[in-house]
Amino acid sequence: MAKAGKTLEIGTSPHIASGASVDTIMRHVVYALLPVCAFSVYVFGLAALVTLAAAVASCLVTEHLLCRWRGAASTLGDWSTAVTGVIYGLTLPPALPVWMVVLGGVIAVGVGKFLFGGLGHNAFNPALVGRAFLQAAFPVAMTTWYPALEADRFVGLPASSLTFPFATPVYDVLTGATPLAAMKFDGEATAALDLATGLTAGSTGETGGVLILAGGLYLIARQMMNWRIPLAILATVFALSGVLHLVAPADYPGPVFMLFTGGLMLGAVFMATDMVASPMTNAGCVVYGVLIGALVVVIRLWGGMPEGVMYAILLANAVSPHIDNLIQPRVYGTRKASGGPS
Amino acid sequence: MLPLRQRYPTFTHGVHPPESKDDTRALGIRQFPFAPVLVIPLSQHIGKPAVPVVREGEEVVRGQVLARADGFVSVPQHSPASGVVRRIGLVPGIAGKMVTGIYLEPYPGSSQEVAEGEPCDLATASPGEIVAAIQAAGIVGLGGAAFPTHVKLVPPEGKSIDTLILNGVECEPYLTTDHRVMLEQPADVYTGLRYLLKATGAARALIGIEANKLDAAETLQRTVPQDLPVAVRVVQVKYPQGAEKMLITALLGKEVPSRGLPADVGAVVVNVATAAEIGRLLPHGRGIQERVVTLTGPAVRRKGNYRIPVGTPLRFALEQVEVSDDVSRVFLGGPMMGQALSSLDIPITKGTSGFVAFTQAETGAQRKEYACIHCAYCVDACPIHLNPSQLGLLAKIADYERMADEFHLLDCFECGACSYVCPSHIPLVQRFRSAKALVREQRSR
Repeated sequence: MAKAGKTLEIGTSPHIASGASVDTIMRHVVYALLPVCAFSVYVFGLAALVTLAAAVASCLVTEHLLCRWRGAASTLGDWSTAVTGVIYGLTLPPALPVWMVVLGGVIAVGVGKFLFGGLGHNAFNPALVGRAFLQAAFPVAMTTWYPALEADRFVGLPASSLTFPFATPVYDVLTGATPLAAMKFDGEATAALDLATGLTAGSTGETGGVLILAGGLYLIARQMMNWRIPLAILATVFALSGVLHLVAPADYPGPVFMLFTGGLMLGAVFMATDMVASPMTNAGCVVYGVLIGALVVVIRLWGGMPEGVMYAILLANAVSPHIDNLIQPRVYGTRKASGGPS
Repeated sequence: MLPLRQRYPTFTHGVHPPESKDDTRALGIRQFPFAPVLVIPLSQHIGKPAVPVVREGEEVVRGQVLARADGFVSVPQHSPASGVVRRIGLVPGIAGKMVTGIYLEPYPGSSQEVAEGEPCDLATASPGEIVAAIQAAGIVGLGGAAFPTHVKLVPPEGKSIDTLILNGVECEPYLTTDHRVMLEQPADVYTGLRYLLKATGAARALIGIEANKLDAAETLQRTVPQDLPVAVRVVQVKYPQGAEKMLITALLGKEVPSRGLPADVGAVVVNVATAAEIGRLLPHGRGIQERVVTLTGPAVRRKGNYRIPVGTPLRFALEQVEVSDDVSRVFLGGPMMGQALSSLDIPITKGTSGFVAFTQAETGAQRKEYACIHCAYCVDACPIHLNPSQLGLLAKIADYERMADEFHLLDCFECGACSYVCPSHIPLVQRFRSAKALVREQRSR
């Protein structure tokens, strides 16, 4: 029995919690990405493995050192930097010089996350900030693609991976065009089967569409992802490009091609859904997804670049707080939403 | 997050904490012994404290009025035992403050017969007389709010009550008092319902019960008197379904206006145990002297549902049910909204639906707080459809005015669903509680 003088803890209700935790959510995102990583290593060999490892390591080390520098406890335990690292790595060309991978990782975490105030405050998806930097700084290296299923891919690293910093990378194998670039610049179509199975040139992790979808379903089932975002993006891309394809089949690729090419799957499922940089309400998420989908189609079909997922997501990230300002839940017992004068 | 097919009606949003009711749901209500000294606060209800009508040293009979109601929003206090008034003075209150109360020493040799008063005859009493009789019986909401029931039954000017809802939801984890009352006292529930229908003039009654108490729903269904316009409705298991507004929405599909009353949609909600108590007491003109309390939690050895005299010190009650030495937290009510106690000296009062005792294993270590990651779990949990994330960010920068003016802070009824789901472990509802208090204080100036 509780003796007199026995100390009782006080605390305010609720006295129980669901057990959900930021680190658990982030850890499961990493789990969901592991099959995608494994597939990319299978398709692109050691180059992909080195790229992924360098991406994750540079992000983690940057985060750790910045925490140290600020005199704060290391935040590696929340796993969010690991997520950033993996996603960042998956967006890069497999044979990108390692020093560029590392530099982009430092930018991703240092500029994309730390400068904004760390976890929870990043306006943009940090992984994409890193990638956007590389795209601007090294446009050639960022659009030079290592071909899929290269025979020697497990024997050694492509020469370009080991380029000395600030030297021009040398490519020792014939580089392959991504299906999007082939379509845009040469008017060549890629076999549908290759697209679905992901056996094409492309970024390290963007080609395994089916595995990406499976990872997304895993997170949706665990309620760690708002399914409305990827669904809105993919549906918008499908619908918009479908209509255009019907109107002018010769000028515009079909909707299935659009869905399974480039970074769309990876972006829609794993990047646009970054909780911090996406809207909070379900309606807001749909608006956000439609916006991304529309931007992707516009950039791909009429823009100067073959691919536009990264910029579409970054733009939508910037708009996301405004979507949240405009679309708030309607408060019970009122006709008005939060956010306005009551 | 994916919408599942809903079998039973419910409100939107909400959470699903573990029910934790298995330990006590099947245990029948047992009578509790009298403590050597009973501690009876004069304010066990919302409203003005009762005024003592006995003096120190006076002998009292069980059921006798110890203190009278002070005005309309107040209820009298009846003696929970035959004994002697030892002292009238300060007694330990729930919030940690001392409050005025009466120390009563029950006579060990007394038969503890309950004194009968003026019965309230259902056939002849007018609605006003029933309301008065409910006040005279000292009835308050036994679900935990302890709001004087008779006040609810009189709708504000210009409003009328069409539907009387009996709340048998009991959505708080661990608590099983309403469940047992419905199973064991269906006749009392229906007698009470007759009084309530007549007092309010409601045309019909609904009894809302969560789907984890189908046996209670079945019992009440089986015993429905033919002449009563009442329907038993099973609702989905979800917290906080037992909140008045949520239950009204689940059963009637209507929303109570912001800052409004259930009467605004023609409804009044009364706890099912309160109805049973009305049915038990009014025919005999008695007042509340005891209530059913669930004593449970991992630190309690003899868990159960007990009918305990009002004023029984918690320490005595916990001794009787053998609380283990590693008890680390005791709270009054369920774990979602219950208050953690700093002292075991407080007494069981009319609003006490249960005590739950946790050991260190349940309270656990301090959890690390992360920044808000905008996961929107809280947005999907809030039954009032507030934006707790946004409110939490505003609370952090102490912008209480904006919280209240733009984000409907004062509509929050502190159910705690937001804190329960938050993966960043931000004490959201705790911050809203202080923000609400500050806003109210500023506005009352």
